[in-house]
Amino acid sequence: MRRSLISFAFVVMAFGAEPAVAERLVVSLSNHRVAVTSNFVGEDLVLFGTIEPEPAGSALRPPYDLVVTVTGPRQTLRTRRKQRMLGIWVNADSREFVRAPSYLAILSNRPVNNIANQDTLRRLQIGLDNFLLPQRIGPDLADTVRDEPFRRAFVRLQTQQGLYRESGTAVTFLTPTVFRAAIPMPAAVPTGTYNIDVGLFAGGALVARTNSALEVIKTGFEQYVADAARDHGLLYGMATALMALVIGWFASVIFARD
Amino acid sequence: MQIYLPIADLPVNVFLVLGMGLAVGYISGMFGIGGGFLMTPLLIFIGISPAVAVATVSSHIAASSFTGAISYWRKRALDIALAMMLLSAGIVGTATGVWLFTELRSLDQLDLMIGLSYVTLLTVVGAMMIYESVRAIIRTRHGMPATLRRPGSHTWLHGLPFKLRFKRSKIYVSAIPVWAIGFVIGFVGAIMGIGGGFLLVPMLIYFLRVPTATVIGTSMVLTLVTMASATVMHAATNHLVDAVLALILMVGGVIGAQFGARTGQKMRGERLRLLLGLLVFAVGCRFAYALVVRPDDLYSLRYVAGG
Repeated sequence: MRRSLISFAFVVMAFGAEPAVAERLVVSLSNHRVAVTSNFVGEDLVLFGTIEPEPAGSALRPPYDLVVTVTGPRQTLRTRRKQRMLGIWVNADSREFVRAPSYLAILSNRPVNNIANQDTLRRLQIGLDNFLLPQRIGPDLADTVRDEPFRRAFVRLQTQQGLYRESGTAVTFLTPTVFRAAIPMPAAVPTGTYNIDVGLFAGGALVARTNSALEVIKTGFEQYVADAARDHGLLYGMATALMALVIGWFASVIFARD
Repeated sequence: MQIYLPIADLPVNVFLVLGMGLAVGYISGMFGIGGGFLMTPLLIFIGISPAVAVATVSSHIAASSFTGAISYWRKRALDIALAMMLLSAGIVGTATGVWLFTELRSLDQLDLMIGLSYVTLLTVVGAMMIYESVRAIIRTRHGMPATLRRPGSHTWLHGLPFKLRFKRSKIYVSAIPVWAIGFVIGFVGAIMGIGGGFLLVPMLIYFLRVPTATVIGTSMVLTLVTMASATVMHAATNHLVDAVLALILMVGGVIGAQFGARTGQKMRGERLRLLLGLLVFAVGCRFAYALVVRPDDLYSLRYVAGG
């Protein structure tokens, strides 16, 4: 994160030196709050934005490319690999991915590899291959090469869940300077705060950047149940056990009649 | 119709879960088992995390076995004295099982141990039940009595001291095997996350010679108490019981159990045992298959911590 900020600062300084050519991104999200209710089956959010000249009246230099990176709340996950031992498959090796985003979407108007060169993408952590996913290796934390089997398996499993995605078609330019991006939120989306990082590219270099955030929350009955389970575990358990007894008794009363 | 589960954190189809509750409830009512060994794998299969599945299933089993126990109570087909005796040892067994569970978890091979114990226990018990009931069925075909040793006949277990008389079951046995069975059920239940009914029923029949008439009702009382306390413990310690999921499962389960209990009482004892044996054996084989066959995906993810 820090590395990308530093590189971002460099980019800003580099382009700041060039007079009268700069862009500013103005973005707006269709909804800053995704409410997970009992009938939640996923939702698509829309991010709208325009590219403004900065300072006003200066020249723009289309065509532009746009990359939106959405990261969900961080969590630590262990990727385990099965191996055959004495004829049975057991979890042998594992790697811990520390504070990896629970949700990661990299959305762009064309495949990220066509937008900028590998070095730039790597430096800015753009694309699933280039996003930093630190693993615990002994006492250290480090990301590995992108083809490392555990890293590949981790990204693949998260992608299968719909939690990680990279799409080169999710961003559409309505005019050369107005764009919209569709952010898909799957049904199993984790609750918490999501960061939306929007990067504007021109000629293979980052020229402007902005960010936004959204929140995924449980509401109503779901929130009430989740809170009760967390804060009053014993009472919640006794209530559930009591519910079991009441339902069991109720059923036997109903069925004893016929 | 989709509904979002607050603890499992995912949406499920209400009718699918209700149907699973009905099916497992029917089987549990018929055989007098909790059905945890069927329900837990089913829930995991539809995407619920194993920890939430195990914790939630316990409340479902509590409901199913309570309605079952009531209907057996009405028919005077349960032995409260025997159930209480088994329970006293069962609690000690559960505590020991939970302790070992924690130890194994720290060694990071709990999943494998659970898989292996499922395979061993289910295939062995299933095979034994199939063998015994097939022999009984063949004997009946040949016009001989179904069981060679009728309840009340003596095995070496009956030579042990501390004898107790259980009037309802019409047995007079030593307290030692009763306690041993209770302990084993409590222990195995805690390790494998099951009620243990499918083990308890054959154990009571074969070792204690409890008549088929009272064995299922008695087993249900034991399952009810262990599973209700497991629900409270899981909720208090791990916060993993999903009340919404539990409610849907329970409603399906209690209805299924009613019909299952009726079917079960109409069937002949040895037929019932053969069916249960086949079912237990099949689930055991399914677990063995999962261990032996190369999995589709060698990799899996496990949640470690938030933040």
